[in-house]
Amino acid sequence: MGHLLANIDLTFLIASVVKIVFLTFLVILPMVAYSVYAERRFSAVIQDRVGPNRTGIPLTLFGFKKDIQILGIGGLTQPMADGIKFLLKEDFTPKSVNAFYYWLAPCLTMVPALMTCVVLPFGSELRLSDLNGLLSWVYGVIGMADLPVFSSVPVPSVIADLSVGPLYTFAIASLGVYGIVIAGWASNSKYPFLGGVRASAQMISYELSLGLSIIPVLMVFGELNLTKMSIYQDANGWLLLPLWGEGLSLARWVLWIPMGLSFCIFVVAMFAETNRLPFDMAECETELVAGYHTEYSSMKFALFFLGEYAAMIIGSGLAVTLFLGGWSIPFGPLIGLGYSAGDTPLWLGLLHIGVFLGKIVFFILFFILIRWTLPRFRFDQLMKLGWMVMFELALFNVVLTAFLMWLVPLK
Amino acid sequence: MPSLLFYLFALITLGFGLMVVLARNPVTSALSLAMSFVGLAALFISLDAFFIGTIQILVYAGAVMVLFLFIIMLLDIKAESDRKTNVAAIVGAIVLGSVLAVQIATVSAVHHQSDLTLNEAALNLVAAGNQMAATDKDLPTISKDLKAGILPDTKLMGLALFKQYGFHLQVMGLLLMVGTVGVVVLSKRDKEVAQ
Repeated sequence: MGHLLANIDLTFLIASVVKIVFLTFLVILPMVAYSVYAERRFSAVIQDRVGPNRTGIPLTLFGFKKDIQILGIGGLTQPMADGIKFLLKEDFTPKSVNAFYYWLAPCLTMVPALMTCVVLPFGSELRLSDLNGLLSWVYGVIGMADLPVFSSVPVPSVIADLSVGPLYTFAIASLGVYGIVIAGWASNSKYPFLGGVRASAQMISYELSLGLSIIPVLMVFGELNLTKMSIYQDANGWLLLPLWGEGLSLARWVLWIPMGLSFCIFVVAMFAETNRLPFDMAECETELVAGYHTEYSSMKFALFFLGEYAAMIIGSGLAVTLFLGGWSIPFGPLIGLGYSAGDTPLWLGLLHIGVFLGKIVFFILFFILIRWTLPRFRFDQLMKLGWMVMFELALFNVVLTAFLMWLVPLK
Repeated sequence: MPSLLFYLFALITLGFGLMVVLARNPVTSALSLAMSFVGLAALFISLDAFFIGTIQILVYAGAVMVLFLFIIMLLDIKAESDRKTNVAAIVGAIVLGSVLAVQIATVSAVHHQSDLTLNEAALNLVAAGNQMAATDKDLPTISKDLKAGILPDTKLMGLALFKQYGFHLQVMGLLLMVGTVGVVVLSKRDKEVAQ
């Protein structure tokens, strides 16, 4: 057994586990919970309603006069109330379902959605050795001065720095469709089955334009590594905001047109891939009751719901990293907030993480705004748009980018 | 990759591969095949072939298997599950399998595996990078990666495909195009006959 475990790097393993737990359980899952809340409040604003504004810490249960509303905003504990409700409801399994696949389907939706986050660079790097002064002070207080301190090598803020970044995300995300298809089939019921069939057709169609839309981006970067893309954009202007560094060259401004087109195709395809309105054919309430999750209740239904939002967050993260500079601060190098390898102080590393999350929040609000302002497409219109417009546009964009790059070479 | 993970993924690949054959439910078979592909992709990735591993999942597990599943779901599952065992097919499979096993055994007996370990026979990426920088001045990204000690597998594969085998790639593309047009023509004709 010893030789089997011999070449496992323990430090790397621990750092990875800490990063996975941080990103999945402390960032994405709370963000999922609060984007459901944001969706309900934002849609209420759009429709001139109030939305969920009552939930607070229920002190009245213990005989106090008032519930506490956190920060004075009502409803901030709504996600927790929702979670408790989902967990405590009866978990009902209909008699006619194929039990094994019925239970497997929610997991197959949730797991790939969370797995895709490992390649996203959620910040530049954290130079933990900045904390060594504090650490040795603490060691001095407890009287054990010879405990280990952090090494001066900064920790990169990405779980797996793969050389195939966006492709990995697409590959794992494409496994997510199994969850929906199996849910539809295992329910052994008419409407869920139609929902599942629709979902698979839709996802296969839009996967093409999603993949093709980032080819021009890869051509400009000459790179598939998301960390390197973020570093390049930090130094030389975002792909869609080339205002500093090399971004001020003619070539980058000429390429702005195909990049904008790429961004539009990417975002539309992402809406289709995450099954969001106006493309939520798989759960179209007016035609299919609730689509593929009609037969599901309690936490199993919640897992589908959470999977959809997690896919949305990670899709936004990918769009932000490819087109909007990832963790980079706008005009960073000009105002002294740029990244330099190995020489980024800890506070700036943390600020980069904050900026990345801020951009994602902005993107999610955009998702919600679209959902509550556009009507749903018809299924044939959706397929026509995917195959007759998006696919051709993405192909044309590849050729256009190649032509422009030949006409005005970068650098 | 630690050898423990190799055994784990080899077990996943082979175990689910066996399930494809043994399962009575066609949907279970299709899903097991997808899982087997995922295990295979992990093995590719353990050999530093990130691109091939990812494409294995993206193309086979993600797209082709969904299409398979799509077709299976529209079939009558009951009829498939209750089918009797076909003795001739089993005998044929055993014979073919043993022929393949003999072939693999022969090939691996002739092909001498060197006794070098991975540390001794490590790729000299820096030297390869310097050589590439001297000969191929058009593509600085590959030599830059190699000099930094990273194996740019995607870029090297692209280089081989489009520079060395550019013509072959286009012939393949043409073949696929002919196939696609053929399918469209055939399905159109069927419709006219029905009308």
